[in-house]
Amino acid sequence: MAEATWQLTEELDPTSEVMSLQMGPSHPATHGTIKFNLKLDGEKILNCDVEIGYLHRGFEKMCEQRTWNHVVPYTDRLNYASPLINNVAFALAAEKLLELQVPDRCQYIRMIMSEVSRITDHLTCLGMSATEAGAISVGFYMLEARETLYDLVTAVTGARLTVSYDRVGGVTQDLPEGFADQVRRAFTAIRQILADCDKLLSKNRIFIERMSGIGVMSKEDAISYGVTGPLLRASGVAYDVRKAQPYLFYDRMDFDVPTGTQGDNYDRFTVRFEELRQSMRIIEQALTQLPPGPVRVDDPHITLPQKKDVYGNIEGLMNHFKLVIEGVKIPRGEVYLSVEGANGELGFYLVSDGSGRPYRVRVRPPCFFGMAALGHMLKGYLISDIITTFGMINMIGGECDR
Amino acid sequence: MAETGLIAKVEAACPGKITESSSQHGNETVVINRDDALDVLTTLKDDPQFAFNLLADLTAVDFFGQEPRFEVVYHLQSVGLNHRLRVKIRVPEDEATVPSVSSLWKSANWLEREVWDMFGIRFADHPDLRRILMYEEFRGHPLRKDYPVQRRQPLVEERDPVNDPWPKR
Repeated sequence: MAEATWQLTEELDPTSEVMSLQMGPSHPATHGTIKFNLKLDGEKILNCDVEIGYLHRGFEKMCEQRTWNHVVPYTDRLNYASPLINNVAFALAAEKLLELQVPDRCQYIRMIMSEVSRITDHLTCLGMSATEAGAISVGFYMLEARETLYDLVTAVTGARLTVSYDRVGGVTQDLPEGFADQVRRAFTAIRQILADCDKLLSKNRIFIERMSGIGVMSKEDAISYGVTGPLLRASGVAYDVRKAQPYLFYDRMDFDVPTGTQGDNYDRFTVRFEELRQSMRIIEQALTQLPPGPVRVDDPHITLPQKKDVYGNIEGLMNHFKLVIEGVKIPRGEVYLSVEGANGELGFYLVSDGSGRPYRVRVRPPCFFGMAALGHMLKGYLISDIITTFGMINMIGGECDR
Repeated sequence: MAETGLIAKVEAACPGKITESSSQHGNETVVINRDDALDVLTTLKDDPQFAFNLLADLTAVDFFGQEPRFEVVYHLQSVGLNHRLRVKIRVPEDEATVPSVSSLWKSANWLEREVWDMFGIRFADHPDLRRILMYEEFRGHPLRKDYPVQRRQPLVEERDPVNDPWPKR
């Protein structure tokens, strides 16, 4: 290490030793491959150096070798707790480069599926964190709630996790029949489960003492570290990309942005918990407003033609061939577009050189910034606080390490 | 969201330091020289009419075969005023160094480490410029366009799982 980041202070017993402890990279209490190089005084953390990169797969390099639509399955594997939001963000950025307006129904479907994904992501984060803090039944309840949503996702996309639902210019298929009813049934179940979890946790002294006043981060530090999403809102800044720079039709939706006051783990938990309810509100409003119509643009240079044209006439066959082999031709240019991911601002910076392949794909992974701030958040707390604080950052290896 | 005239305001606040500016797809971009980088970025962060308190992203693009080869790209965001700006610095390959902004934004620390790791661009006065995603033994910088996609640098010898499923004793 280039700098000595811990010093012996007067409060330390001069006879005591500073212990170095390496926690991870494969530790049973951290969900995700991550290493903490700790300097400890007893149980107190003097310094925590976080090492990431164990799940680096060269996402950005891979994207440069493929056509634009081939990138979509890779984005599934960024934040695999909310793959649909990644799909939407990439498709929106590519469409902005094309200056393409996709049909309204497609925008609404994207918004609904993004919010479904946000709920699954938050349920994963909250359930796992509660489990790690000892409330294991809450973890099971939340996984049960998540399962009802995965059923929805499966009905729409055909897969639980590797959904690849969006394309440049639209989505792969329309919502299935009876989708609204299925959502209604799922939400009734989820609301019941959330009420149960609320009862289990909100007056639970063990849980509150594990979470409250732990991992505190001030507003200024949070912004300086580039932390966004629930972590920033828990610190008291009502910054939400859906409100600040509305994309899709979020400007037509009525929802609240919950904020915290302390900036501790308990606030992070409650902010996420409240966002579950807000996401359900958005989905219910979007379902009532959902207009009929096509779900992708009808442009042979961008979306695949109908199968009957591919097999029935030469133009259809040519268009299909050109799109599959050469890909969508996106004009030269660059764009940065961000959406509100489940963990914060998820940004795509795309550079196109006019060929069918991206010249550069850069992802702004929200949890990368949370991980950068983790060492700062943990200073002065105990070893056991690592687990809850790390859980609340909700680091997803696929996204953080790319 | 893109406030009209943001570029004009930046040019007025940093006279003669903006070498190029453009606006595409609602993203406003200014290009600055490396020597002015700290001055301009400090102004953008501290001047209340800009107040870019969030460094949303810091990355680089390798324009292999062009001169200067690299572009270091900053995406700034103001949480209070809700506007965005992209700032670019072009650096040549033989002198790929830019001043570190980790004293202005704490998020720059890890972001600059990543750009160093992936592109081999150095950041002067960075407190701790180590690799972040790759391991220390790794040679080269994978996101450079002249780094072959197929090159492998395994730390332990790779085995053929079909023909040689178990290690030799």
